[in-house]
Amino acid sequence: MSLALLAVQTLNGLQLGILLFLIAAGLTLTFGVMNFVNLAHGVQYMVGAYLAAMFAALTGGFWSALALTLPAALAFGLALEVLIFRWLYDRDHLSQILATFGVILFLNQGVKTIWGAAPLSVPMPEALSGSITLMPGLLFPVYRLALIGVGLATALALYLLINHTRVGMLVRAGSTDAAMVSALGVDIRRLFMLVFGFGAMLAGFAGAMVAPILSVEPGMGDNLLILAFVVIVIGGIGSIRGAFLAALMVGLIDTLGRTFGPQLLRLALSPSAASQTGRALAPMLIYILMAAVLFERPAGLFPVKR
Amino acid sequence: MKPVSILLAALAALAGATLSGAAAEKVKVGLIVTLSGPPAVLGGQVRDGFNLAVKTLGGKLGGLDADVIVVDDELKPDVAVTKVKELLERDKVNFVVGPVFSNILMAIHKPVVESNAFLISPNAGTSNFAGKQCNPNFFVTSYENDQVHEVLGKYAQDKGYKSAFLLAPNYQAGKDALAGFKRDFKGKIVDEVYTPLGQLDFSAELAKIAADKPEAVFTFMPGGMGVNLVKQYRQAGLASIPFLSAFTADESTLPAEKDDALGFLGGANWAPDMDNPQTKAFVRAYEAAYKSVPGTYAMQGYDTAMLIDSAIKGAGGKLSDKDALRAELKKANFTSLRGKFKFGVNNYPIQDFYLVKAAKRPDGKYETEIVERVFEDFVDHYAAECQMK
Amino acid sequence: MTARGQTPAIVLFAGLALFPLAARFGADAYLVTLGARILIFALAALSLDFLVGQGALVSFGHAAYLGIGAYSVVLASIAGIDDLLAQALIAIVAAALFAALTGYVSLRASGVYYIMSTLAFGQMLYFLFVSLSALGGDDGYTLSSRSRLIGKPLLESDFSFYYLCLAALALAYLVLARVAKSRFGRALNAVRQNPLRARALGFRPFPFQVAACVIAGAIAGVAGTLLANQSEFVAPAFMSWQRSGELLVMTILGGVGSLWGAILGAITYLTLEETLSLLTDQTHLLIGPLLVVVAIFGSRGLAGALAPKSSGRAA
Repeated sequence: MSLALLAVQTLNGLQLGILLFLIAAGLTLTFGVMNFVNLAHGVQYMVGAYLAAMFAALTGGFWSALALTLPAALAFGLALEVLIFRWLYDRDHLSQILATFGVILFLNQGVKTIWGAAPLSVPMPEALSGSITLMPGLLFPVYRLALIGVGLATALALYLLINHTRVGMLVRAGSTDAAMVSALGVDIRRLFMLVFGFGAMLAGFAGAMVAPILSVEPGMGDNLLILAFVVIVIGGIGSIRGAFLAALMVGLIDTLGRTFGPQLLRLALSPSAASQTGRALAPMLIYILMAAVLFERPAGLFPVKR
Repeated sequence: MKPVSILLAALAALAGATLSGAAAEKVKVGLIVTLSGPPAVLGGQVRDGFNLAVKTLGGKLGGLDADVIVVDDELKPDVAVTKVKELLERDKVNFVVGPVFSNILMAIHKPVVESNAFLISPNAGTSNFAGKQCNPNFFVTSYENDQVHEVLGKYAQDKGYKSAFLLAPNYQAGKDALAGFKRDFKGKIVDEVYTPLGQLDFSAELAKIAADKPEAVFTFMPGGMGVNLVKQYRQAGLASIPFLSAFTADESTLPAEKDDALGFLGGANWAPDMDNPQTKAFVRAYEAAYKSVPGTYAMQGYDTAMLIDSAIKGAGGKLSDKDALRAELKKANFTSLRGKFKFGVNNYPIQDFYLVKAAKRPDGKYETEIVERVFEDFVDHYAAECQMK
Repeated sequence: MTARGQTPAIVLFAGLALFPLAARFGADAYLVTLGARILIFALAALSLDFLVGQGALVSFGHAAYLGIGAYSVVLASIAGIDDLLAQALIAIVAAALFAALTGYVSLRASGVYYIMSTLAFGQMLYFLFVSLSALGGDDGYTLSSRSRLIGKPLLESDFSFYYLCLAALALAYLVLARVAKSRFGRALNAVRQNPLRARALGFRPFPFQVAACVIAGAIAGVAGTLLANQSEFVAPAFMSWQRSGELLVMTILGGVGSLWGAILGAITYLTLEETLSLLTDQTHLLIGPLLVVVAIFGSRGLAGALAPKSSGRAA
């Protein structure tokens, strides 16, 4: 187990964490401000990836595809908000679960119908398609480093937005007490729409960014959705800062657990059994972490004080 | 007068209906393959190869009208069990053709062989059903899983590689793959890594390969998993380490891998450039109909349909005579695209195996090409344990 | 409970009892197999409805109990125990233990944090069974035959298996309806409606909530043993979060709190899926929007729409 290998896996873990953050950020805002259980956030990530694949096929390039995907993802999110979600803000969590579950079913099938069940691919942008030598014999793709960079930049931008702008202040106020904000004369419906749309765009952006390195296929958002929920619960619902830290934690634990877990288990088990157990161990670690956090802090690490 | 003529007309109609009803006995085939997710292209090839054969036979199998019901197992064993039971109990199929993946085979084997239908696998051929658990109602038209991988194990051994890094997905076929490779390869196994079925991001495993510096890499990574692995392998700059694989750089994955896979070696029981008339005709027809180059999955789908056709013909079209059908299936009295084909005592094929190479055709399409024959009339290692006669 | 309040349940069970006979005349034995499967999920949904409706505990990990029950059958048969009642007993004990232990942790949280906590435990169990390659791991485990009942292979007949499932469902319904009306049930309801007031009145919510989890979990565990027998195949996928989500959907669809509504919800959801699959293999394109419509317009679920007076909760 060399230091270089550890470094590479740490970078991989950070990349996963950043991706989780991009998805979780929108989710925690939606949840925190609007108290809305949005199970459909994972499919918004998937739709972003599909839009990127579609635009890339039309325009032939990654950058133009990305530029087109952002407004398209925003429009898609807003459409969902206007058609379905805004009728459910006042309802209980159960109705929200039912409706958003229905959206997941519909969209997972819908992309299969439109684009087929086989995975699509998105071309890597030329400028970022190289690799740098991280350790002798292993090149690490520049694109993945770019992903990490973009994610960090987004996190910083979000932080500044939430904490140092008027809109951000309204969002924070809305998280704490939406009724009061409305009573003070702010159009709460527009605020909700803004938050929702922005969250959807972030998820779609994550999907588009990830498309060149992973396959674009139906159901790609489902497992990330669950991880995103774990992230926002650990971090504290409504807290961007919490989501960021929790996302990095989860990403690192998952990646390092996946690779080094089987190695440790190899001391006791056969390679195939070690792999199977190790693979199950990594996600279990994440859930054990979540249960432990909830046990100590039933409202997450950075709960938004209501 | 009138009532009598009406009565006569009614009787005639009834007679006509009954007669046409009797002549219209259909053979129902349930085709259960994976049509979702990264491996969807494999199931698609099996389906297309099978359907092409049925079309060539005029929509019939063994002279009877054929009703092919295509079902997607979603690569989920529990879904497959439910759907195969629907095929057996609701649709009352005579044959179940499938699956692509070995874990699905493990799940659907029992319900099908215990029912009234025959199970014919056009791809998955696990070791357990080749040996002690062989079953007279179960036939395999592809190969026993280990065999293809042994081609590369033998090649690596003959080439003198001292060390190898092994990589496969963590399910029965993956385990069989690495076991098959190790049977002939006597060098040092630097590492043996099993990844989750469906994993698409190999950065962790590639980092290990770079750290371990083996003389060769052997992998079994079908479908979309293979596409990602091959591309990421090149991107990581590891192509100087020979990439030996089975079902990873073949017609199902080459269209997506493109130049990244050129020169990579594989093992197979057939390639589209095989030199016999039926292969040439098949490849031409397949490309015309489906616009892509057929791989072994399509070939095996086609052969399965031809096998069923020959069996029904041999049994005189009597679908209810299970014993006759079984005997006819065992005879394998059809012309395989591979040239020679016969079943062993365990209902698994005895055939030749070749070393193949990923190449680009003059027209820009990608295919595998035969380099040399490695095994002739290869009987799998588990046949001796089978108690059937 | 008034006779009128019981009417929908009576009608429902009568229909379910007559169903296989009708199917026999239609010469489609397949429907009986399908029917048994639906009854099993109805049993699981019923137990979840008790939890959600009476206890206001929205569990997103309820499929875990189906898995516990199913794997109890697997482990028991490996150990040589193939009697259904013995296996069910093992399932009940295992499920109760899991419910009590996880409830102890989950109930410290409330609202959506509780929901996520139940999801976490469901996922932990799922990954645990994925890692057990001795039991097949992800690929699942094929049972060699169905369980025996009092030493005889009575379950091999799809017909008798159906009626066994129906009997289990009817028994569970009677038990839960009784519990809902009992002192325990009323106390649980009080906790649900206003925890603060309940506390002021001297009830500690915690023991009641844990008890509710245990009861619901045990019943779902029994459903799991039946499920293992129905498909003669067990896989960790039985307890995926998607399955837990589907159970919630069935419960909500039927109308939370009415108990018989959950049964109707399960029947409706699964029958709809089955019927639509005959027309198209893209059933979710139709089911998805249907769920959305029901969520937006049908606040009381099917039970509320069909029989408003008897769809209310115990108190």
